[in-house]
Amino acid sequence: MSEAPFGRRLLAVTGMDELGSYRVLRVADPDGPDPEPGQFAMLATAERWGGGEDERPYLPRAFSIARCAEGEAHFLLEDVGPGTRRLSELREGDGLWALGPLGRGFTAPGDGRRAILAGGGVGIAPLAILQDALGDDTTVLLGFRDGSRAEGAALLRDARVATDDGSAGHHGLLTDLLARELQRDSHAVVYSCGPAPMLEAVRAMCAAREVPAQLALEAGMACGFGACFGCVVARRGGGFMRVCVDGPVLDAAQLERVDEHAGAPE
Amino acid sequence: MTVSFCGLELAHRVINGSGTFDAIAARRAFGAALETEFPFAAYVSKTITLQPREGNPPPRLWEAASGLINSIGLPNKGLEGYIAEDLPQLASLTEAARGAHDGCAVPLITNVMGSTAEEFSTLVRACDGRSEIAAVELNVSCPNVKTGLDIGADPRQLQDVVLEARAQTRKPLIVKLTPNTADVAACAQAAQAGGADAVSLINTLRATALAPTTEAPSREHRVAHSAKPRASVENDRPPAAARRPAPWLGGGTGGLSGPAVRAVALAQVAAVAARVSIPVVGMGGVERAAHARELIDAGATLVAVGTASFSDPAVATRIARGLDR
Repeated sequence: MSEAPFGRRLLAVTGMDELGSYRVLRVADPDGPDPEPGQFAMLATAERWGGGEDERPYLPRAFSIARCAEGEAHFLLEDVGPGTRRLSELREGDGLWALGPLGRGFTAPGDGRRAILAGGGVGIAPLAILQDALGDDTTVLLGFRDGSRAEGAALLRDARVATDDGSAGHHGLLTDLLARELQRDSHAVVYSCGPAPMLEAVRAMCAAREVPAQLALEAGMACGFGACFGCVVARRGGGFMRVCVDGPVLDAAQLERVDEHAGAPE
Repeated sequence: MTVSFCGLELAHRVINGSGTFDAIAARRAFGAALETEFPFAAYVSKTITLQPREGNPPPRLWEAASGLINSIGLPNKGLEGYIAEDLPQLASLTEAARGAHDGCAVPLITNVMGSTAEEFSTLVRACDGRSEIAAVELNVSCPNVKTGLDIGADPRQLQDVVLEARAQTRKPLIVKLTPNTADVAACAQAAQAGGADAVSLINTLRATALAPTTEAPSREHRVAHSAKPRASVENDRPPAAARRPAPWLGGGTGGLSGPAVRAVALAQVAAVAARVSIPVVGMGGVERAAHARELIDAGATLVAVGTASFSDPAVATRIARGLDR
C-alpha cells in the first residue's frame, strides 16, 4: 500500500475531458507517490467548496484514482450531487485539494489465474489503472445504464459492454456477461467495482462458483484515513470494517453480502 | 513557548477532539510522516468503554449544512483491549511525535465513558495505573442506565460521577461537557466541585436527518435490486419509491459538528469560562487560527480540532502556527 503524504496537497487541474455522461478530471501531481490500483484520494475544489445548495458540499469526496502516469492523475466524475457537480465545473488551471493515495488496493492474481475486470457505471474507474498495471491480458466486462454512459468504456481497452437499455453492447446486465465468462473458464480472479446491487450479484456469483473476487467498495466517508469511523460495512462473522483503511478493496470472502450502501453511485 | 495545562507542558495550544483522529489508522495511511509532522500538542484517544463496542449500524454519516452529523456509536475494543493493544502503539507514536515539537512531550489523554459512577471509577482507576497515560478525560454524554438521563446534562449526577472518579487518580481529570443541556455553565461548575482539573466543550449537538424521499420513479429498475438510496455523503439520490420519511442514520440520531456549531461553541465556552476557575478546552467548528483565537479570547486555555481534521489531517499544525503569529 502506498502511503500518502501527511496533509492535503493543492494540485493544479490540467484538463477536463468529456466521456459520454462522465468527465475525466486530470490534475498535475508530479510529487505525489505512485498509487496502487484501487487506492483513492479525497478531493475538494480549492475555491467555492461549500456555500452551494443547502450550504453543501462541506466534506471532501472520495474518488478512485482512475489512472496515474507521467505526473498526472485522472479521476472519473459523474454529476450525482453537490460535490461532484462542483468538481465537474473545474477547468484547466483551477486548484484542487487532494489527500492520498489512501486505502488498500487490488492484489495481482496468483497461480496462473486470469484477471476478469467487471465494472459498472462510474465504478469502472479503478479498473482502468488496474488494467494499466496488469497489462492487456485481461478480460474487461463493463455495464452501464445507457449508451451515453457506455461511452465511459473508452477508459479501458478491449471492453465488452452491457447496457440496461440495450443501446450499446449486450442488452442486459453485466452479470450476464460475467456468468458466460466464468462458464467458459473459471480459473480466474474477478476484480469488481460498481453499484452495490451489482457488486452483490458479482460476489454471490463468484462465491457459488468458488472464484476469488476482489471488490472495490464505496461508502460515504468524511475523512478517508480511518478517523471518522463513518464508512463501515459489516464483516462476515461479525463486527465492522472501515472501507477507507480496511478497503476500499476487500476480498469478497470477508463479506457476508455487499451492504446496500457500499457501492458506487448509480 | 510552551503552554501549561493541568501541570502538563505542551508545545502549543492545539489538540484533537476525542474520537476525531485515530492515530493508529493514520500511521498506516501516512507512515512515519504522521510522527515527524504530528499536528497535535497532546493526543486525546477515542472514547474507551468497559466492554468492547461494535458501534452503530450504518449509515453513520450525514453531510449537513456546513457540517456533519455522525452516529458512530463509540466503537472501541473495551478497556482490556485498549490497554493491551492500542495503548502501547499510542505511547510509542506520541513518544516519536516529540520530534515534531522540538522534543516537547505529546501527552496521551485517554477518554473514557461509563454508564454508572462505578463504571467510570473502574475505567479511571485502570488509567491511573498506566504511566503512558498523562491525563484522563471523562465523556459524560451518556445516559445513566438507571435514570435514563444523560449524566453530563444533570449537574447533581455529574458532580457525583466526577467525585468518585476523582478519588481514583491524581492524574489530571478533564470532564468533556455535553452541550445538550439547559445550563452548560452549571454543569461545568458541578464538574469543578467534583474535583475536575479542567473541562472541555463542546461535544456534538444532538441532531438527526431524514432519508430523502421522492415521488419520482426510479431510473434504476434494471440494476437496482434494492430500493434504498446510496449512503454516500453525496446523498442526492432519491430512493426508488415514495415512502414515509425515516431517520437516515442507523443509530436514529447523531451529533452535529463542523462550522455549523462554531457560534454555539463560542457562546458555551464563554459562559463556562466565566463561571469556573479551572482551565477550559474549547472546541466546535474550528477550522482556522482566527476561530481558535476567538475561543481563547472567550477564556479557553487549549483549543481542540475535530471535524476540520477530516478534510485535512494537518490542519491543526496550521492553526497552531497561526496562533503563534
